Amino acid sequence: MTRQLMLVTLAAMAAATPAISEIAPTAVAYTEGKISESLTGTPGDPVAGVKVMTTNALGNCVACHVIGALPDVPFQGNIGPALDGVASRYDEAQLRGIVANSKLTFEGTFMPAFYKTDGFVRPGNAYTGKAPESELTPILTAQQIEDVVAYLVTLKE
Amino acid sequence: MQKQMIKTLAASAAFGLALTGMAMSTPVDDKLVIEGEEGTIELVTSTKAPEHLQEVMDTIYSGWHYREDDTRSMQMDDFDNPAMVFVDRGRDLWNAAIGKNGESCAGCHNGPESMKGLRAVTPRVDAKTGKLMTIENYVDACVTERMGLEAWGWTGDKMKDTLALISMQSRGEIVNVAIDGPAAPFWEKGKEVYYTRYGQLEMSCASCHEENQGLFIRSDHLSQGQINGFPTYRLKDAGILSAQQRFVGCVRDTRAETFKPNSDEFKALELYVASRGNGLSVEGVSVRH
Repeated sequence: MTRQLMLVTLAAMAAATPAISEIAPTAVAYTEGKISESLTGTPGDPVAGVKVMTTNALGNCVACHVIGALPDVPFQGNIGPALDGVASRYDEAQLRGIVANSKLTFEGTFMPAFYKTDGFVRPGNAYTGKAPESELTPILTAQQIEDVVAYLVTLKE
Repeated sequence: MQKQMIKTLAASAAFGLALTGMAMSTPVDDKLVIEGEEGTIELVTSTKAPEHLQEVMDTIYSGWHYREDDTRSMQMDDFDNPAMVFVDRGRDLWNAAIGKNGESCAGCHNGPESMKGLRAVTPRVDAKTGKLMTIENYVDACVTERMGLEAWGWTGDKMKDTLALISMQSRGEIVNVAIDGPAAPFWEKGKEVYYTRYGQLEMSCASCHEENQGLFIRSDHLSQGQINGFPTYRLKDAGILSAQQRFVGCVRDTRAETFKPNSDEFKALELYVASRGNGLSVEGVSVRH
């Protein structure tokens, strides 16, 4: 088996079994806010990342951040800093940590934690206003976090 | 922070985003002069922050300053203000003999103008019972105790039409809710709710309406969250909204389990938020989007 073929086979296996190596929200190891390891072991897809970042019901990052690189996305908010060039300011581990739980990097920040399931005051059942009926799920899945990070690392100055 | 803002604005301009025009207006410099049946009236929509707020802001602004031109102008002529339909409905209800024994609001209180001033000082603590009273609480007491009726839904049409009518009687009066004496514990409770970061998004009222007022969440221009304009005709809902109804929407949007209208928490919050607007005019019934 050639080396290339082996890599393709490994990648295919990883894609088919995403849950095996997935790190749960409560098991994430942060080092000074950073997450060094992938949450899934499956490389993120930057195209899927853009979809997460610009879809209201998913990450909706553009609600608060301008992404000049996505000029077709209307009504980009300005609560947080623009994301253009963000990969020149933070490395991948920092970006993963900020997306998963930015409060461990920026104390008291407005930014929600997208991969966190406990420690909330009166959490609800998504946007229904009602109490949750089962355990909370994170706002984004582990793979969606990886997809967002995969796009963010392309935003170099 | 300012540098960041300039950068953000520059980025928006460079990429031709629709928000450039909106982002410049934070809040709009304009005067609210209303053409009404009894002539024109100018309202106080910005003024020095009340003393208890001066550590966090210098000036308070009505939400009117944060809305777009056409929404603002809709409130400048009673003929164009869609909320007036609800005030008229409230007047019909006021005069109707709806009580178990034919009682009406007018039977005891005469014309609705007898309610002048009430909106400016509520929520307030009732001297006899020691309870915190919103206008809805007063209406509810009349409906259930004096008129012998089933309670009206807290955010139902009858309650809100009556609220709109009563609020209109105080248009132009300056908001001046008491925060000391018997009101103090309620006010403290409301302040605690205001600054608590609720829900899975971990946002407090202050996160948006104090720390980020004037900025945009997507297309939403964040105001100071003042309630001097409530009840308001909300274009998005094509109907009248009470302050506590808006609180429900805000807390829900933080992915939280909300409190209910007329809960102790939201009553206290209404008092606290009202006090952040001490000094602004009651707008009677406003128009927002």
